[in-house]
Amino acid sequence: MRLLINRFVLGLSTLSALIGLAFLGWILITLFVKGISSFHFNLFLTDLINGGLRNLIVGQLILAAIASVIGIPLGMVAGIYIREYGRGKYAELIRNLSDIMVSAPSIVIGAFVYAIIVVPTGGTSGFAGSIALAIMMIPIVINTTDSMLSLVPKELREAGIALGASKYKVIVDIVIKSAKVGIMTGVLLAFARIVGETAPLLFTSETSNYFSLDLTSSFPSLTVSIYDLANEPEKASRDLAWAASFILTVMVLIINLTGRFITRNKG
Amino acid sequence: MIMNIQKFSFTYASATEPSLKNINLPIEKNKITALIGPSGCGKSTLLRAMNRIHDLYPGNTYDGKILLQNKAGSMEDILEIKKENQFIELRQKVGMIFQKPTPFPMSIFDNVAYGLKIAGVKDKAKLAQKVEEALKGSALWNEVKDRLNESAMGLSGGQQQRLCIARAVAVKPDLLLFDEPTSALDPISTGAIEELLVELKKDISIAIVTHNMQQASRISDYTAFMYLGDLVEFDKTETIFLNPSQKQTEDYITGRFG
Repeated sequence: MRLLINRFVLGLSTLSALIGLAFLGWILITLFVKGISSFHFNLFLTDLINGGLRNLIVGQLILAAIASVIGIPLGMVAGIYIREYGRGKYAELIRNLSDIMVSAPSIVIGAFVYAIIVVPTGGTSGFAGSIALAIMMIPIVINTTDSMLSLVPKELREAGIALGASKYKVIVDIVIKSAKVGIMTGVLLAFARIVGETAPLLFTSETSNYFSLDLTSSFPSLTVSIYDLANEPEKASRDLAWAASFILTVMVLIINLTGRFITRNKG
Repeated sequence: MIMNIQKFSFTYASATEPSLKNINLPIEKNKITALIGPSGCGKSTLLRAMNRIHDLYPGNTYDGKILLQNKAGSMEDILEIKKENQFIELRQKVGMIFQKPTPFPMSIFDNVAYGLKIAGVKDKAKLAQKVEEALKGSALWNEVKDRLNESAMGLSGGQQQRLCIARAVAVKPDLLLFDEPTSALDPISTGAIEELLVELKKDISIAIVTHNMQQASRISDYTAFMYLGDLVEFDKTETIFLNPSQKQTEDYITGRFG
């Protein structure tokens, strides 16, 4: 009887795993088949107005890069604060808030930035889009920094103090160095997470058909354009959306794999 | 006498009962003083009070005096220390080695030079010379002289522990505190560290917490037996092991409890 139950549970869990994987495989296969059939290297050379994706890819990366420049330092410093300096209720409050922020629906963040930046400045802008992405990124970076620092053994901190180093020096010279690889991986995964976001950009940066480096007006975005193109009636537009989705997936996959590769080689 | 602990009591922030009660203990110059006793007796707590590493964590309370000999030869109470630069000075005079080796994530050279740089040594030639001296003094020089710029993380456990000793010795402390320095090491590495301690006491006074009674009897000159926050007995190691005056000490030494 026990053996029977054992087999039943094993079979059930294997089946669940297979169903989960099957859907994932289905998505990837559809994406690759449809994506590759409309994929062409000219997509990297022309802008959307001429049927290419160049401006969108560059725009998406710029938005994510600016978000990183704002979000990574802020998140890291906040993470260092709550782990190394923060004591008691205040640090705990920030930690809990940050946990909640990680799971905040991204469309809500988009709406928030719309209300505080887009409306007062009178229109969508690349700047507003970057802020929205940065807001998404900060809690992820806070959490990673916090948990990576918590893995540094307290003896290492004590050893630094016992040599006469000040707390600040111990944190900068020893603790952060020890947690460097973990924090870097976390930051990379946070970047991978925001680079594929649509909702925060939908009504903050919108998108543009033209190549642009002007952050004060609507800014080209790959994800928002996928959303737009998929809603177009012509087949050519929908094919382009597939190609764009394919490129985006490959981009995110590469960043993710790089992150994992770093952890494996250093962990 | 390099240090004299007088009527010292200590209570952790999270506790209501004191972990150390009215401790009186002298640490003699150029001798090895061993602290022994069952787990939870307070020996590590006492050792960690000697360079005030407890101050990293807020809320602990203490009472009494811990007198440390200063350069002029008179005794100063380290519990009076409040200023950051006094703390730095204290920790350069009283170094500490931990149970698990604690190499910093940097090169072997930079590990040993770390304390020196904090102490304000900037001259490169002087740094190199002091690092070499410290590594030789810790019997590690021959093993690492060709790879001083490699990461300290690549060393074996025993080598890492000797590196930590070299790092502590480099700033020329008066007193070195060892908190079970060999309990994570194999017998051969342990032997090497024990020899090193006996060698080091020519220049430095040593206090060591150990669970290993053979170790205490092999290397220490004085032994303090602690139990439940009290210092039960303190005497020459020989006396403690061969002719203890307290029943509790004898029971512990002979393995009847603990």
